[in-house]
Amino acid sequence: MSAMSLAQTVLRNLFSKPATRPYPQVARVYPARTRGQIGIDIDACIFCGICSKKCPTGAITVNRAEKSWDIQPFGCIQCGCCVEFCPKKCLAMMQDYTQPSAVKTVSHHAQMPTETAAVTPDAVQ
Amino acid sequence: MATRSIVPFGPQHPVLPEPIHLDLVLEDETVVEAIPSIGFIHRGLEKLVEKKDFNEMVYVAERICGICSFMHGMGYSEAVERVMGIEIPARAKYLRVIWSEMSRIHSHLLWLGLLADAFGFESLFMESWRTREKILDMFEYSTGGRVIFSVNKVGGQRKDMDNEMIAEFVKILGGMEKEIRTQSKAFLNDYAVKSRLCDVGFLTMQQARDLGTVGPFMRASGISLDTRKLGYAAYDDLEFEPIISTVGDSYARTDVRIQEIFQSIDLIRQAAAKIPSGEIAVPVKGNPTGEYFMRVEQPRGEALYYIKGNGTKNLDRMRVRTPTFANLPGLIETLKGCQLADVPILILTIDPCISCTER
Repeated sequence: MSAMSLAQTVLRNLFSKPATRPYPQVARVYPARTRGQIGIDIDACIFCGICSKKCPTGAITVNRAEKSWDIQPFGCIQCGCCVEFCPKKCLAMMQDYTQPSAVKTVSHHAQMPTETAAVTPDAVQ
Repeated sequence: MATRSIVPFGPQHPVLPEPIHLDLVLEDETVVEAIPSIGFIHRGLEKLVEKKDFNEMVYVAERICGICSFMHGMGYSEAVERVMGIEIPARAKYLRVIWSEMSRIHSHLLWLGLLADAFGFESLFMESWRTREKILDMFEYSTGGRVIFSVNKVGGQRKDMDNEMIAEFVKILGGMEKEIRTQSKAFLNDYAVKSRLCDVGFLTMQQARDLGTVGPFMRASGISLDTRKLGYAAYDDLEFEPIISTVGDSYARTDVRIQEIFQSIDLIRQAAAKIPSGEIAVPVKGNPTGEYFMRVEQPRGEALYYIKGNGTKNLDRMRVRTPTFANLPGLIETLKGCQLADVPILILTIDPCISCTER
């Protein structure tokens, strides 16, 4: 490499923006297809259980009697099979990743008997 | 006669990204023999075929390696498709080519960075990894993952890339090509780099043939053999010739890999120009019965998939022979007679992936 091209590289690197981002001041913008984690619209769920059958890792548990849908975010491999096969399209792939945790959590979602259904907060196993 | 001593090398060593152990028998500073041992990170992935349905096994297959994960998934899927007699749509074949070649560029750039790091050229390492980052972003943009893509399935692909996306990728690759050309001048013409790479670690054509080496390691010794020429995916529609060098030293291996990056960019351009529209997958019915050997060309060389189905949803056997395993005997041969200081670079020139090898 000649001295000239070395100087070019040095000057380019000196005056160009850094290749990295000043995280966490500037948050990452994820592309639309990013496979972060699985989200559910629990009100639309019919508890058919297809997602739990199709899940390659067995991370999803569906309880029809209690009308609840549980996922182990740390067992999920974000393949998107459940989203693909969901007949009501109530499952979705979200762009943000599961937050790190010291314990393997289970994310519990249950349909409320009343009309104003709400999602219960994550329960630690 | 010089006294002989044995120096243990690895499994934990600054230059090794993954654990392999070598017992180096030295006479003064010269290696007279190298005895390898592997088995530090066996994960037992092949055994999982007994528990996982053959469709789910794709996700296990692509976790064999973190660099060529796409090609492992594709190799497995193609093997099962051949057993079941499934013809996948033409668009899916072209998508496989595009993602495969992107993986190859990504793997070779990663290797170039590691090589630069091994001979102490830190800024060149950063330059090539910065370029590689663009490929990872393209992967995330098109598949949703940077390392594990989950786009392969038995019967086709799970995600499509629209033509605008492919055109955008070709444009980005054009810019990358210029960057890589500049970097390749440092790798191929720099005096200090040449002094570390030229005339070390020779492997003759005959040795390469006898020891069954594969991939760029073999092609750098003058054997013109590329599994892509067998025409899996859409490779039979694309024009390319295996890149070879007749020298057979570390410099030749670097040269072959750098030229392969440009070849891959060209293949993506060809595929982008020829990709037909249409479906990306066909439905799969029934279970596989029979066996098949599938050969795919990964960045490190030829990988071999053996699939045996018994008519149930679980396969009887899946066996993967990865390129690094085939290249280990060749590596041991190149180490004989070299200086101890050259050992790290020689190990790197086969582009070892021990996780693949042990599965």
